[in-house]
Amino acid sequence: MTVPSVELICPAGTPAALQAAVDAGADAVYLGFRDETNARNFPGLNFSRPELAAGIAYAHARGAKVLVAINTFPRAGKPEIWHRAVDDAAKLGADAVILADIGLCDYARRTHPDLRLHLSVQASASSAEAIKFYHQAFGIRRAVLPRVLTVPEIAALCADVPIEMEVFVFGGLCVMAEGRCSLSSYATGHSPNIDGACSPASHVRYVEKGSKVVSQLGDFTINSFGQGEAAGYPTLCKGRFSANGKLSYLFEEPTSLNTLEILPDLIGAGVTAFKIEGRQRGRAYVGSVVSAFRQAVDAILKGEKLPVMTLEDVTEGGRQTAGAYQRSWR
Amino acid sequence: MTDVGPNLAKLSLGPLLFNWPAEQIRDFYFRMAEEGPFDTVHLGEVVCSKREPFFAKFIPEVMDRLTTSGKEVVISSLALVMAEKERQGVRALAEADFVVEANDISAALALVGRPFHVGPFVNVYNEGTLVYLSGMGMKRVCLPAELSGATLAILAAQKSCEIEVQAFGRLPLAVSARCYHARLHDLHKDGCQYVCAEDADGLAVDTMDGKPFLAINGTQTMSERYVNLLGQVRSLGQAGVSRFRLWPHHCDMVAVGRLFRNVLDGQLDAKAANRQLAELVPDAAFSNGYIHGLEGHRLIDDDLLIA
Repeated sequence: MTVPSVELICPAGTPAALQAAVDAGADAVYLGFRDETNARNFPGLNFSRPELAAGIAYAHARGAKVLVAINTFPRAGKPEIWHRAVDDAAKLGADAVILADIGLCDYARRTHPDLRLHLSVQASASSAEAIKFYHQAFGIRRAVLPRVLTVPEIAALCADVPIEMEVFVFGGLCVMAEGRCSLSSYATGHSPNIDGACSPASHVRYVEKGSKVVSQLGDFTINSFGQGEAAGYPTLCKGRFSANGKLSYLFEEPTSLNTLEILPDLIGAGVTAFKIEGRQRGRAYVGSVVSAFRQAVDAILKGEKLPVMTLEDVTEGGRQTAGAYQRSWR
Repeated sequence: MTDVGPNLAKLSLGPLLFNWPAEQIRDFYFRMAEEGPFDTVHLGEVVCSKREPFFAKFIPEVMDRLTTSGKEVVISSLALVMAEKERQGVRALAEADFVVEANDISAALALVGRPFHVGPFVNVYNEGTLVYLSGMGMKRVCLPAELSGATLAILAAQKSCEIEVQAFGRLPLAVSARCYHARLHDLHKDGCQYVCAEDADGLAVDTMDGKPFLAINGTQTMSERYVNLLGQVRSLGQAGVSRFRLWPHHCDMVAVGRLFRNVLDGQLDAKAANRQLAELVPDAAFSNGYIHGLEGHRLIDDDLLIA
C-alpha cells in the first residue's frame, strides 16, 4: 500500500506571514497581488511584484511552493489588470496560479501553456462534471472544492476526476457556495467577485445604542452586543436576523472551520492538499495554525494518533464547526 | 438617438424559484400559455432537487400547451449540483430534446456540441468568459444580477450571443448547501418537511431593528426587494440587451408581463407603468441599485436623475 502524501497550503497576506508559514512547515503558500485581482483585497495586505519575487525566492530556497491567487472575476472592459497579474505571476516563477473566471482560465491557457493552473474555490466547482469541464477546457491540474460537500461526497468525487483535489481545513467559513454570493454587494455596492472583498471594512460601523454596541454593514444592522461582550466583525452571513418573528443566526453562527478531528477521513477520501484560510491574519496566527496542522498531518501519515491540540485561542469567538463536511450541517 | 417607437426586446418568464403545489404550478403555466405576453417560458427546478419530483409529471403536458400557443420553452437546470442524483440529472441533459439553460458549469460539459443557454447562476462577468462560452455553443445568457448597466452595455456590444437581464422579482443573491428554511424551523435539509412551501414568494428576513433586508427560499437567499427595471428596459434595449427576464411571483404575472411589454412597445410610459406595478404587487418594495452601479437594495428614481 502506498502512503498518501498531503500538501499543506498556507495563507500569506504579507511577506512576514509568508516567512512564518514556510518556517512552520508549509508545503506551499498562497497569496495575491495588492489589488482587486484576488479575493482578499483588504487594505494593508498582499504583495507587490518585488515582494512576490522575494517571497518566491524565500519559499523556493526552503523547498516550499508559491501559488498566486488571481481569483476574482475580471471587470468587463478592464481585463488587462487581470491578464497582467497572470503574466507577472508566470514571469516571476510562481508554481501555479489559482483562477476562478472562465475567460481568465482561457487567457492563461493560451498565453502561458506551461503555467500550472489551479481552480479557485471561487469557481464553485462542486461536482465531477464541473471539474472535468475545467480540466478538459483549460488543463486545470487541481481544484479547490467549495465548502458545500460532505466527506463521502468528496471521496466519490476524488475517485471520479483525473486531477488533484484541495479542501479547506481551517479558518473562515463561507456559508454560501463560494463565488456565487451577492449578499455583500446588495448591502454595500462592492462585489466580492469583482472587487475582492466581502463585507468590506469601509462599510462597517459600530454604533452605541444605549447599553449595546450595534454592528452595521452599509445601511443594515448585522449584530448587537451587550456590555462586556466582544463586538465581532459584521460579516454579513454571520449576523443575527429576524424571520417569522424569530431572531437567530439564520445563516451561520460567528464560527470558524476546524477539521482537525476529521483530517484522517479527508486523507482517506483521497484529497491531495489541505488549505488553511486566513490571508488577513497576522504572522503569529499563521505560524501557530500551520505548525499545528503540520504536526497533525505528519502524525496521521505515520499512522500515529492525532496529538492533543487546542486552537480555540485563535478561532473566531472560540466557536468551531466541521461545516458542510458533516451532513447534519445542511 | 431618440427613444421612440417599439423596442424589439423580448420577454422571458424565468423558472419558478419557489415551492408551490404542483397542480398550482400546472395551472399557472396553463394560464401563461393562453394569456401570458412572454416570448419564452422557462420550466425546471433550479433551487432544490428535493422539490423536483412533484411537478415532473406535469412537465410534458405543460410544455405541450406552451409550445402549441407559440411560446419558446427552455428547461433551466439546477444551480448547485452535488449529490449523485443531481449529477445524473445533469448528465441526462446531453440527451435532452429541448433547449437547456445551464445554471451550473457542470451542465456545460453535457451540452458541448449543441446550442445551449446560460442562466444567471453561472458567473459570466466579462467579455472573455462571454466569448469563450459563445464559442462552445452558448446562444443566450441571462446575466448575474449584480452587474451594472455600464457592464451590461459592454457585454451586449460584443454581439456574441443574446443578452438577457433580470428585470422583475426578488433577486436570487446566493445559493448554499444548507437549507435556511429548514434551519429556521430547527430541522435539517434531509428531514426538511418541505417547510419552504409555506412561503409562496420566499420568507422575508429583517435586521434586528426591524428593517426588511433579505428573503430565504430554501437553500437560496434572495433580495427582500423586487428588482424593477420598468424605468430602464428601453434604454437597456437600445444598448443591445435583447431580452428581459421576469421572475414568477404569486401575483398576476400576465398583467406584470403586459406592463413591461407595453413600456417596451412605447404604449405606456414608465412612470404610469410603475404606478400600476405597485398596485399589482402591493406588498413589494422595489430596487434598481445594481443597474446604476450601486448597492443592489437601492431605488433610484430616474425621473429625478434626468431632471
